[in-house]
Amino acid sequence: METTIQIPVQSEGETATVFANNYLNKLTGEKIERECRRQLESGCKKLVVNFSETEIVNSIGVSILLGVIDAASDAGADVVFSDVNSDTIQLFEMLGLTNHVTLN
Amino acid sequence: MENQKKLIHTFGALAELGNEVAHKQNFQEMMRTSLHLLLGSLAIMRGGVARYSRYAHELNMIVMRGLGEEFPLSLSLCYEDERQFLTNGLFPIEVSQAKVLPFFQIYDHSFENRKLELLVPLIVRDEIVGVVLLGEKANGEPYNSYDKEIICAMAQHIGVGISQRNLMAELERRAEENRKLYDDLRMTYKDTVKAFAAAIDYKDKYTEGHSVRVGKYSEIIAEELGWDENEVEGAAVAGYLHDVGKLTVERNIINAPYRINAKESAELNKHPSVGYEILLPIHHPYTDVPLAAKYHHERLDGRGYPDGLIDKEIPYIAKIVNLADSFDAMTTDRPYKRRRVANEVIEDLQRNAGKQFAPELVTAFCRGMLKELTGEAKERRFRKLLGREYMEAEGIVPLLKNALNGINSSSPLTLTSLD
Repeated sequence: METTIQIPVQSEGETATVFANNYLNKLTGEKIERECRRQLESGCKKLVVNFSETEIVNSIGVSILLGVIDAASDAGADVVFSDVNSDTIQLFEMLGLTNHVTLN
Repeated sequence: MENQKKLIHTFGALAELGNEVAHKQNFQEMMRTSLHLLLGSLAIMRGGVARYSRYAHELNMIVMRGLGEEFPLSLSLCYEDERQFLTNGLFPIEVSQAKVLPFFQIYDHSFENRKLELLVPLIVRDEIVGVVLLGEKANGEPYNSYDKEIICAMAQHIGVGISQRNLMAELERRAEENRKLYDDLRMTYKDTVKAFAAAIDYKDKYTEGHSVRVGKYSEIIAEELGWDENEVEGAAVAGYLHDVGKLTVERNIINAPYRINAKESAELNKHPSVGYEILLPIHHPYTDVPLAAKYHHERLDGRGYPDGLIDKEIPYIAKIVNLADSFDAMTTDRPYKRRRVANEVIEDLQRNAGKQFAPELVTAFCRGMLKELTGEAKERRFRKLLGREYMEAEGIVPLLKNALNGINSSSPLTLTSLD
């Protein structure tokens, strides 16, 4: 059964910020991807994923973020990962996610 | 340092995948998580898992990520593809180098369109159970041997997950088949029982339908006692077959239009024991069917036959059939006796509760009848068996209520009263 969680989002003009929190590393993380897709469908051209509350990102999290990158690429939008801790930055660099996003 | 981090990341995914396959109950969720773990471990942009149907020779997509809505949900395999996949085993096939196979020629456009680079046949116990399709890596680099080793290890887990699901589905299918076979057997048994009941009743022209009615009354009593479906069916069967021993009694004794003499009576009274002998070798799906035939003429006060058993010595099912049998005897015309009016019959049941009949059974029977008369029960079973006029005789409802209040179900016969 899917738990009912609310994904925090801030929207300003063509920029939307989605907060990853700690939902990213489980199947519930698909909700974050769905929320990102919803923002992109609403015309968002700059999608910010905020990692300020995210300690670690596992393989499920990486897969979900790749889904977000793919959707943004299809929509012609830029993706920014903000407030990412150093361990996670290393992981993203090692796996090549930083080829597709801007770190902020 | 980077290699160490990579190792920790991929082995974490591998461990989680093993755990997922071993413990997740929901197959679809297991597959979704497995695909996430595989794609995320090496940062693969897109991919999917398909399950193979060896009957349809089709790969059916179970989960997909990033493959788009136009990607085919079902992909056909020909014999040559199957043979090559099996020969290849569980190792990634580079799509660009396998275009000689019919499978890759047919789906070339779809694969190129979604930049699919690898196909991993999922082989478990020398059988294809599915495939994993993988797109390009996020870093844009080609897959190296390390990546392929990781993919193999993870694909093996996914293959086992699909294989387990296939086994479960096969087990469920066989269980369903068995259930249907069992239902058919039960139906055959019931039909046979009814045929026997009809044969018994055919012999006795005056009591046509007696066995069927006794079956139905026994069923009503069992229901009122709160028995489960299987036990209620068992009670009905016991009723249907209680007089099977009469098949061996001469027709002129059964149909005698007068009170039979002692010799004839002795012959007739053998029918419970004969019925028991007939029914005993049959493997009934319900318990006590032969005992119901043997003891359905026993009475609580010990004045019944064949063994003159007292109260608790009498099998419970036989007490039910005894009540149903007696009720039918009182409410149908006999060659030497007209049927009695409903009020008299109810008074008789009440009077004999604790002597001939188990009091709680009389209560259950009267309650069943009252429920129908007051509309609490939807089915009109008594009306169908006895006729509408008979059931709607004046004063029957208060009489039944009175009987229900008057019979003390908790105080059956005491042995001291017999001495």
